[in-house]
Amino acid sequence: MSLLEKSGAEIDAIIARYPQKRSAVLPLLYLAQDEYGYLTDAAMREVATILDLPPTDVFEVAGFYSLLYEQPVGRWVLQVCDDVPCAFCGAEELIATIQERLGITVDQTTADGMFTLQRVKCLADCNHAPLLQANLEYHRDLTTPQQVDQLLAALRRRAESGEKLSISGRYAEQ
Amino acid sequence: MPPLTEHVVLRDLDIVNIADFDVYLQHGGYEALRSAVTEHTPADIVQVVKDAGLRGRGGAGFPAGVKWGFLPKGVYPRYLLCNCDESEPGTFNNHQIIDRNPHQLIEGIAISAYAIEAHTAFIYVRGEFAAAARGLERAIARAYAHGFLGKDIFGRGYDLDIFVHRGAGAYICGEETALMESLEGKIGQPRLRPPFPAVAGLYGKPTIINNVETLANVPMIVRNGAAWYRQFGTEKSPGTKVFSIAGHVKRPGNYEAPFGTPLRELLYSPDYCQGIRGDRKVKIVVPGGASAGWLTAHDLDVTMDYEALAAKGSMLGSGGVIVLDETVSAVEVAYKMDEFFKHESCGKCTPCREGTYFLVKVLHRINHGHGRKDDIPLLHDVYNQMAGNCFCLLGESAVVPIRSALRLFPHEFEQAISRAGNGHAIPLIPAH
Repeated sequence: MSLLEKSGAEIDAIIARYPQKRSAVLPLLYLAQDEYGYLTDAAMREVATILDLPPTDVFEVAGFYSLLYEQPVGRWVLQVCDDVPCAFCGAEELIATIQERLGITVDQTTADGMFTLQRVKCLADCNHAPLLQANLEYHRDLTTPQQVDQLLAALRRRAESGEKLSISGRYAEQ
Repeated sequence: MPPLTEHVVLRDLDIVNIADFDVYLQHGGYEALRSAVTEHTPADIVQVVKDAGLRGRGGAGFPAGVKWGFLPKGVYPRYLLCNCDESEPGTFNNHQIIDRNPHQLIEGIAISAYAIEAHTAFIYVRGEFAAAARGLERAIARAYAHGFLGKDIFGRGYDLDIFVHRGAGAYICGEETALMESLEGKIGQPRLRPPFPAVAGLYGKPTIINNVETLANVPMIVRNGAAWYRQFGTEKSPGTKVFSIAGHVKRPGNYEAPFGTPLRELLYSPDYCQGIRGDRKVKIVVPGGASAGWLTAHDLDVTMDYEALAAKGSMLGSGGVIVLDETVSAVEVAYKMDEFFKHESCGKCTPCREGTYFLVKVLHRINHGHGRKDDIPLLHDVYNQMAGNCFCLLGESAVVPIRSALRLFPHEFEQAISRAGNGHAIPLIPAH
């Protein structure tokens, strides 16, 4: 089913916010990557058609922004801040723990397709370092391996329970 | 300077659950908007904000009321943009405001939009604030439902729509013209000025763009008056500032304090951060986000206002105060900070795109024990080619950490390089 067939009303409401249709490109790309798991070539062309844009304009936008994924990602995208000050408050230890627990390195996805791990820059929550976002939900003050284990288990349970997940953070509540 | 007894912006610390619409109303919420729309002309509001001396909190500190006055007369439509792309390392005050006191921001936007005669406002929220953006949308919906937004507000014929627009991960979109490009659906690269946004901004129309914290001050100024506002702070930096303090302090967090509060007080007072973890010594304080020049333990008596920090060769910037103790390596701090700017460089201009690439390449090898004999003059050469030559402030900001580090801690670079041996080690390419 196409984006328009599936989410036509939502797309119309998004476009209606703006004096120019093109402004809807980021929200529509968020919608598209949730629908298809990442921004496939066809998904970007679909967004271009909806907005009457040349596909290259959409490809350019997708390539520029770090929260738009042009490669497949896991159901949960874990993004650890490795910037200053987090870098000096346990971020590297947090990344090492996650890599060890999941058996992947940064920019990889677990074989079961559950988790992708990424390093990101400042998440504007520095008083809770070290921290990460999972599908853009904040998980703060992750100072011990036990907390990481609990978090990964909880995220896995949520995915397996059939909860609707959004790599674009469209249902983020924290 | 005594701490505040009541907050101007972080009123979530005084009033339990002020994020709730009804609680906000019980504490005088939207009364300033009512008063503005029903009792004052737009010009009156511009004047009170000018008289209060409210300065833009996004970094530059430009007086908000003066900025509003740059709009060309009689040209419509006009847009108000609220910049919530808060991405400057070490800065997290906008985040708290939209999360815990969203209605004060919404009221501030509505009053400011009325003042500049705009009927559409966009809040550009960084993509990572996904939950907070949803909270803002819910808060806006409540304000619409009570007639504080939408058509014919307070029956005075004034219409206003506010929309939340989420970015998608790009620090450069906090630069005002890059934000407009992004909101227009393009990649976030800054525009050449002039024309300035007040003349030709979003969609080519006159546009005012203000930071979240700036706009959140507006309802309190309109409610209490300019003289009340000026009781806080200094003559040239009136009011209060929300300082985001993080790193190696005992109690990191957002602290709202009058401009002019000494840095030492913010770091050590029981009212604020309560000292350094493990009672270690301070090594580096970056007082205004990663773009601000570094201070050291010798500078802690500086007062936190635009003028005093500028006199120290630094800046108040975003008010993000990063505190690092004596356990850190200045080389590593400079490397990490410039890695940030390299990562966020938009690629439009050569000095920034290539300069940050080379700075990080050289800093990476020094930091990883492969520095070369000539790397220090090479670093000076690279940042000197960047300084003054970048298209926007991102590239200029990238010069700051490395210049600060080499000025304040040259021996650490020399030691790191001498430890690397004869300088023939294989250079490493940064892994990311």
